[in-house]
Amino acid sequence: MGRIFSGVPLALFASLAAAQNQVNMSPGVTEIGADIFELHMLIMWICVVIGVAVFAVMFYSIYAHRKSRGHEASQFHESTKVEIAWTVVPFLILIAMAVPATSTLLEVYDNDEAELDVLITGHQWKWKYEYLDETGDNIAFFSNLTTPQEEIYNTAAKGDHYLLEVDEPLVIPTNTKVRFLITANDVIHSWWVPELAVKRDAIPGFINEAWTRVPQEGIYRGQCTELCGAYHGFMPVVVHAVSPEEFQAWQAAKRGAAQAESQLAMQTLSSDELMTQGKAVYETACVACHGAQGEGGIGNAIAGSAVVMGDLSQHMAIVAKGVAGTAMQAFDAQLSQVELAAVLTYQRNAFGNNTGDIVQPGDVAGMNNG
Amino acid sequence: MAYVRLSKVPAIDTALKLSGVAVVMFAFVFVVMVPLYNVLCDVLGINGKTAGTAYTAVPVMIDESREVTVQFVAINNNEMPWGFAPDARVMRVHPGAANGTIFRATNPTNAPMVAQAIPSISPSRAAAYFHKTECFCFEQQGLAGLATADMPLQFIVDQDLPRDIHTITLSYTLFDVTASVTDQVVAR
Amino acid sequence: MGDHHHGPAAGVTRWLFTTNHKDIGTMYLWFSFAMFLLGGFFAMVIRAELFQPGMQLVEPAFFNQMTTLHGLVMVFGAIMPSFVGLANWLIPMMIGAPDMALPRMNNWSFWILPPAFLMLASTLFMEGGAPAFGWTFYAPLSTTYAPPSVTFFIFAIHILGVSSIMGSINIIATVMNMRAPGMTYMKMPMFVWTWLITAFLLVAVMPVLAGAVTMMLMDIHFGTSFFSAAGGGDPVLFQHIFWFFGHPEVYIIILPAFGVVSQIIPAFSRKPLFGYASMVYATASIAFLSFVVWAHHMYTVGMPVAGELFFMYATMLIAVPTGVKVFNWISTMWRGSLSFETPMLFSIGFLVLFTLGGFTGLMLSIAPADFQYHDTYFVVAHFHYVMVAGAVFSMTAAVYYWLPKWCGRMYSESMGKIHFWISFIGFNITFFPQHFVGLAGMPRRIPDYALQFADFNMMSSIGAFIYGASQLLFLYNVIATIVSGERVSDEKVWDGAEGLEWTVPTPAPYHTFEEPPLVSKPAGTF
Repeated sequence: MGRIFSGVPLALFASLAAAQNQVNMSPGVTEIGADIFELHMLIMWICVVIGVAVFAVMFYSIYAHRKSRGHEASQFHESTKVEIAWTVVPFLILIAMAVPATSTLLEVYDNDEAELDVLITGHQWKWKYEYLDETGDNIAFFSNLTTPQEEIYNTAAKGDHYLLEVDEPLVIPTNTKVRFLITANDVIHSWWVPELAVKRDAIPGFINEAWTRVPQEGIYRGQCTELCGAYHGFMPVVVHAVSPEEFQAWQAAKRGAAQAESQLAMQTLSSDELMTQGKAVYETACVACHGAQGEGGIGNAIAGSAVVMGDLSQHMAIVAKGVAGTAMQAFDAQLSQVELAAVLTYQRNAFGNNTGDIVQPGDVAGMNNG
Repeated sequence: MAYVRLSKVPAIDTALKLSGVAVVMFAFVFVVMVPLYNVLCDVLGINGKTAGTAYTAVPVMIDESREVTVQFVAINNNEMPWGFAPDARVMRVHPGAANGTIFRATNPTNAPMVAQAIPSISPSRAAAYFHKTECFCFEQQGLAGLATADMPLQFIVDQDLPRDIHTITLSYTLFDVTASVTDQVVAR
Repeated sequence: MGDHHHGPAAGVTRWLFTTNHKDIGTMYLWFSFAMFLLGGFFAMVIRAELFQPGMQLVEPAFFNQMTTLHGLVMVFGAIMPSFVGLANWLIPMMIGAPDMALPRMNNWSFWILPPAFLMLASTLFMEGGAPAFGWTFYAPLSTTYAPPSVTFFIFAIHILGVSSIMGSINIIATVMNMRAPGMTYMKMPMFVWTWLITAFLLVAVMPVLAGAVTMMLMDIHFGTSFFSAAGGGDPVLFQHIFWFFGHPEVYIIILPAFGVVSQIIPAFSRKPLFGYASMVYATASIAFLSFVVWAHHMYTVGMPVAGELFFMYATMLIAVPTGVKVFNWISTMWRGSLSFETPMLFSIGFLVLFTLGGFTGLMLSIAPADFQYHDTYFVVAHFHYVMVAGAVFSMTAAVYYWLPKWCGRMYSESMGKIHFWISFIGFNITFFPQHFVGLAGMPRRIPDYALQFADFNMMSSIGAFIYGASQLLFLYNVIATIVSGERVSDEKVWDGAEGLEWTVPTPAPYHTFEEPPLVSKPAGTF
């Protein structure tokens, strides 16, 4: 209960700070976004005009034909002409709406001739991005929510991009036709960025297509829009659109970092290094289910856990391979060997577990091969 | 005394007929909707599903005038630990020509496992024009612990492929079906 | 003949074994109101959590259980049974029949409902929690990834499906076979017409829902793969089957509401319903179209573009018969002699807000625009305008309108008017801002949200508490009426009311029309 009361003033402050109450759809930054926005406004205004006319008649009647004003009821109850008119006229208006709607739809479906392909996979509860490369040298990474638990549970002030911030955004070049191949790993998710006007369901076993061409650099934020389990509200989408040159540089840096990472895996790290990095990994990958203090939640408690304080190989197997049929995922696909070693070390020594065990990247590599 | 009413039909007759309608509608889901959906998937390529059995190649002209890019994507479903990747990420093929490639699978665990690959084609309207004469996805694939296998795929892109399609993406999602296979064995 | 004129049995057995349509109608109405309060309580938990950004009251997993149960309880527990209750009370009295066609089945179709909902509610206390996959329960979240309680959920859906089918069969048999001499189809009151069409929809689609949950059950427990890609099935198939049921279901909810306002608006306009025949045809067209538009709930699943276009055009077409209905109601008011008692206020509230919901429905039908609206709060706002301001407002109007006939006592008009205005204002404070946050990008079914949505969500929550509280006033008003309302004895409680139910004594005796009435005038005329 204390959490509620301490949270209220902070949350109030935060909501005042972000007083930009958008009331309409964003026209977005892409051509299709603008087309959809125009379509939306067109149909909305048609509805407004019809609505004003219909309600004007109704309210006039409410005003003028009241019994309290002594209005006598007339007894007419049909008029074929009028009834035909108000069947035919709406039909014609609908045809007028269908024309622009059809052309915009065909445009949305034109996925061919893309210059860059990105495979987007929805996981419970994070997105994985993989840049498909002809030579097989794919860049792949997970994009996790970085909003700290303290902000979510109201013990710290909420940042500007509360719930819409990730550790690694999707980076795409501007003025380039990017095709998204969208699928899912477990349940159905839906990948949505309002300003790009792209929303596509991610369905396990099947791929869907969508595309965008972003004319201007910027950061575009969205969220998962298909209920996908407990943390459906906590898997944002962040897209960085950068110039093609910057994109090239970013790709080169990502490939370099991947190499450096594999070299690091050969080294022996100090206990402090492992603990620092382990804490960071824990707070993105584990905290949602296992709690900020290792107290558990959806997952079992880490603090005092027999698995964590017991045999290392069993602990490692669970973290690396997951537990089938539960929300515990296989993290070897998501974390590097260094990160796995760090988070194992952290779990075995934090929250009063104090086993004193140090797990090195080499130990993790050894297990994967054995 | 009989109550006087407009209709001469006993209410129970109407009720029995309607119960029949309800039973028919229940059966309709199983015997019409599911098969119909599968047929529509095959015809329209909903979800990019392709035929689940081998295509019998018919001799046709190879359309040398154009090239279609075929892109391969390998995806592991939840908890599937196998290494799984196409040998060639991209192939450029002529419609009508027979092509072959392999996907390589590795079982990193100590235990034997069984996998099922589910194909999906994008754009989905290309699915009807993508013919597989041989595919590892036609049946379940078993791998002994720590084993590696090359799994073949033979395909033909139909020469009637609409001309505005230049790229076809074929994805395989690999599912771990070891548990259900074991269940079936136990059930026998 | 004379020995038929006995009153109800005494004590609890009266209710357990009753085959009297009025008793069963009463039980349906009270049960649905209890479910309305329960579903409303779930809604209050949802709105309390969404009052501010951040997690305050419940955990995300529990929040999902609340949204799921709120939807299921409101749709299957509150709205549908309430209209069945209304049908039980009124259809025999409106067509001059002594009772429903199959009174014993009527008893069963009610009494299997409470256990079904007890079972559904008990899942909250099971290990793994209640179903948390939304009232649309998309596979594989509802199959492979579901909590163990899903089996109880499936069983509950089966039972309430059976109840609905039995109720509908009874209504169709009553309308087709029990009408008094002279009560031809085109003389039936609109409420009877809309229910007849609704009942046909129910008989057609409730078995489809049963089929969908049966497939889920088989996938979960018997190793089939209807909805699992791994075994050659398809999770999208689930959505097609669900919405093949689900879209007609939406009209199942709203058509009886159309019927109710088509009775009330003429009564308080003191003028016959405008375009009776076109109303009947429009209702039938809406019901027919409801079978060919289901995939407009699935524009983003990646259908072929031809399918997308077909479902878009078909959906837009529904605007035509719906428009006809709205125009007819307004023409009924035109040059009438209007008075604004509580039932009329709720009917006008229905007319205005349902039309707004219809407009947003038309916007949602446009496939490319739907890519931006889909699964956002814009959709939540849309269907609450249709479900709450549509179905619930009209149901409320119906209770105020027929309550004096049922119990021979008048409700407090001033309290009724206060109830209307608080409801109307509270409803709009709750749901109008949801259009804004939806358009601005807030997805539905999330327990926490980004800061730019904070102000409107707070407004929405405040509105929800107001709307919720106003229902307690309604409950009080109804109980006070039954216990100590001012007695009325005129057969026609409302001077403009038309129809056979206003020809029997007030309060309506336990048995009515044991001698068939003579029907000569067409429906709704003077």
